[in-house]
Amino acid sequence: MNNRSPYIVNAPSVSTIMFKVLLALIPGIALYVYAYGFGVLVNIFLASLTVLLTESTILSIRKLPIKPFIFDGSGLVTAWLLALSIPSIAPWWIIVLGTLLCIIFGKHLYGGLGYNLFNPAMVGYAILLISFPAFMTHWQAPIFLIDGHFAWIDQIKIIFNSQLISKETVDAISSATPLDYIKTQLTLDQPLSRIKQDKIFGFFGGQSLEMINFGYLVGGLYLLKEKIVSWHLPVAFLLTLFLIGLIFNIYQPDTFASPLFQIMSGGSILCAFFIITDPVSAPTTPKGKIYFGIAIALLVFIIRIFGGYPEGIAFAVLFMNICVPLIDSLTQPRVFGHKQ
Amino acid sequence: MLMQIKKIFKFNGGVHPDGNKAESTHLPIARLPIPKKLVLPLRQHVGNIAKLKVKIGDHVLKGQMIAEADGNISASIHAPTSGKIIKISEEVVPHPSGLPDFCLTLEPDFKDQWIEKKSIQWKKLDSATLIQTLTHSGIVGLGGAVFPTHMKLKINKTQSINTLVINAAECEPFITCDDMLIRERADEIIQGALITQSILNAKHCMIGIEDNKIEAFQSLTKAAKKTSIEIKVVPTIYPSGDAKRLIYLLMGIEVPKEKRSIDLGIQVFNVATVAAIYRYIELGEPSINRIVTVTGNVKTPQNYEVLFGTPLPELIKNADGKETKIDKFIMGGPMMGFDLPSINVPVTKAMNCVIGSSPELFLPPKPVMPCIRCARCADACPVYLQPQELYWFSKSSQLEKAIDYNLFDCIECGCCTYVCPSNIPLVQFYRYAKSEIIAEEKAKEAANTARERNEFRLSRIEREKKERAERNAQKALGAQEKQATDEKKLAISDAIKRVKKNQQENIKNKNE
Repeated sequence: MNNRSPYIVNAPSVSTIMFKVLLALIPGIALYVYAYGFGVLVNIFLASLTVLLTESTILSIRKLPIKPFIFDGSGLVTAWLLALSIPSIAPWWIIVLGTLLCIIFGKHLYGGLGYNLFNPAMVGYAILLISFPAFMTHWQAPIFLIDGHFAWIDQIKIIFNSQLISKETVDAISSATPLDYIKTQLTLDQPLSRIKQDKIFGFFGGQSLEMINFGYLVGGLYLLKEKIVSWHLPVAFLLTLFLIGLIFNIYQPDTFASPLFQIMSGGSILCAFFIITDPVSAPTTPKGKIYFGIAIALLVFIIRIFGGYPEGIAFAVLFMNICVPLIDSLTQPRVFGHKQ
Repeated sequence: MLMQIKKIFKFNGGVHPDGNKAESTHLPIARLPIPKKLVLPLRQHVGNIAKLKVKIGDHVLKGQMIAEADGNISASIHAPTSGKIIKISEEVVPHPSGLPDFCLTLEPDFKDQWIEKKSIQWKKLDSATLIQTLTHSGIVGLGGAVFPTHMKLKINKTQSINTLVINAAECEPFITCDDMLIRERADEIIQGALITQSILNAKHCMIGIEDNKIEAFQSLTKAAKKTSIEIKVVPTIYPSGDAKRLIYLLMGIEVPKEKRSIDLGIQVFNVATVAAIYRYIELGEPSINRIVTVTGNVKTPQNYEVLFGTPLPELIKNADGKETKIDKFIMGGPMMGFDLPSINVPVTKAMNCVIGSSPELFLPPKPVMPCIRCARCADACPVYLQPQELYWFSKSSQLEKAIDYNLFDCIECGCCTYVCPSNIPLVQFYRYAKSEIIAEEKAKEAANTARERNEFRLSRIEREKKERAERNAQKALGAQEKQATDEKKLAISDAIKRVKKNQQENIKNKNE
């Protein structure tokens, strides 16, 4: 057959898409560095390096062409998302191990790019969180909340060798996340209005954290504009999280934080635009995307408020990833000329 | 009176490829001189191959029927010029299969002598008569589908046509033959549309044209001024020229699955087809030529009015194609066209465009990456299919699943491939899956026929055996019965004898 049409194409390549996603993360990362110092950059660097080495090794074992699959950028997206999800002062081997888990168990064991059932970054994150809860919940405080002198070299020292640095220093620069803080304080029967007077809280969410989330939001809007992600997922997710937060907030304002707090703290914005929008592990139908976003938001809220973890994105996403084939098959759009 | 504002209904997806149409619309339609020979395939249409009406050595006149439509779904072939039939042979024809087909070779005498042309008083004739006449016209759908036109005019008594749609969308990039035809001969199109409307007895007639053909729109508007024909502008979006998509754009009506537009009282004809109807009815000229766009890597891209059967090299020579680098020729547009198997093919009724292709013009396909399920294909699909799922099922030969996901609704427009970031040739997978399914069905059918035949044979043998047995039984019974009757007869005769004897004895006794 000589029928090879169409002869013309006009599509961004997979790598263009992935590098645009990386580009969209830049504003958030820049604000991250501004508020927390260079630790996050070290993590991103370590994660990127690990991805490149691991993927080349696996690709050569699998006898696949290395160049196109390294430069498709999907591994880097996974690595960066993981680096942004873990505490920036976690020891170096956390991010290296996590990235290995992402790439090996999250991606290549399923067949590599395009075949992974689960969001690779969330696979790595969930395994790390369960295996090393102490390191994974040990967050740094924003620089301008740290008393006394803060040297960025301290961060590097903590990341590369925690023994060299005194426990006092570590304690001085670390802090609970707002979600975590609310959770523990509520168990102590403190009203939310008093809890939120703590200095770690900002205008909507956590001090500095809300700024970073704003950076992610800018990147997310860029992705929407560039049509890298469709509106269905972020809108369904954020709207649901807002509404459920609003209902609970109205019902008991002294126990449940405001809806804007739900959106501007934790990883909500990152999740809405960068995590649940991973096309491989998300539904493909418009309706399916909406259901997926709604379900994840509900699960995130339930885990945050009633679950054992302060943040529930990874588990919510992984759980809903399992449902994707079902969602897709139940939400097939009506084909042109078919009955309703 | 209030102006009726009519909405345009947008279908899902579609794409906006670069038109590349300006190149071939600078120059007016040119006429190609009569070539030294014409090769006329006997099958230039959908349906049965036409029946030969001439033999080698016959002299024919321009417009003379040289092959006749065989049955309803078929179309006649006419001599494009006067000359002598010199050969009947198998030649390579412009078809993606590259297989040869039966062709007549005509050697023109360069007198270009017409047969007697008779115009038809269509206003005085009824539809049935006109359709019957049109079966001899050789006209087929000139938009590329080449379905015999007379068949599209035939409607059941139960059906009635409400709207005749004239397709002037011409959405494929590079192709401008309809555009130029409209610009130069809008009157013929309007006249043809009126004739067609009258044959169909359609209440309305509307022409759908894309908003990038301003000049064509203006000439149509001018030509249609004193008629009730409505000219509707549709947005420039590929594939607006697909009949079902055009109907939706114009009227918001989705032609249901497994139904034809005619079931909804809508019939669609291409502009060139109605112009051909006009020429046949009013001027008595059968279908012997068409407008072909020659573009791409040729020096002077242009539209030509070409006699059917003209060898393609003649056409390319005229457009100065030889001087530039061309690696192959594409027939049709870049979205749905195909590589011509050879340059040595004749121009046929289906040939709307020939593109001189080169690796610079159409880049060689990039390496294929895995599908990342981004669903851009689904967003672009004008049928609202899920191409990423169909790809998965086609690739893994889960053909039943592919059918479930409506593979056969795919119109192979190529939008999905056009937008795929992973450079997957999606449409080729669908073509493959479709052909596999069709082959499987055929094999199943053949197996069924064989099974039925075998069952029939077995049952026949069984029946014959039974019949034989019955016959034998009958015979045996017959013999028995005979014996029985013989015994009876014997008994009766004995009795009669006895009676007679008794009587005689009685008489004897009386007498005594």
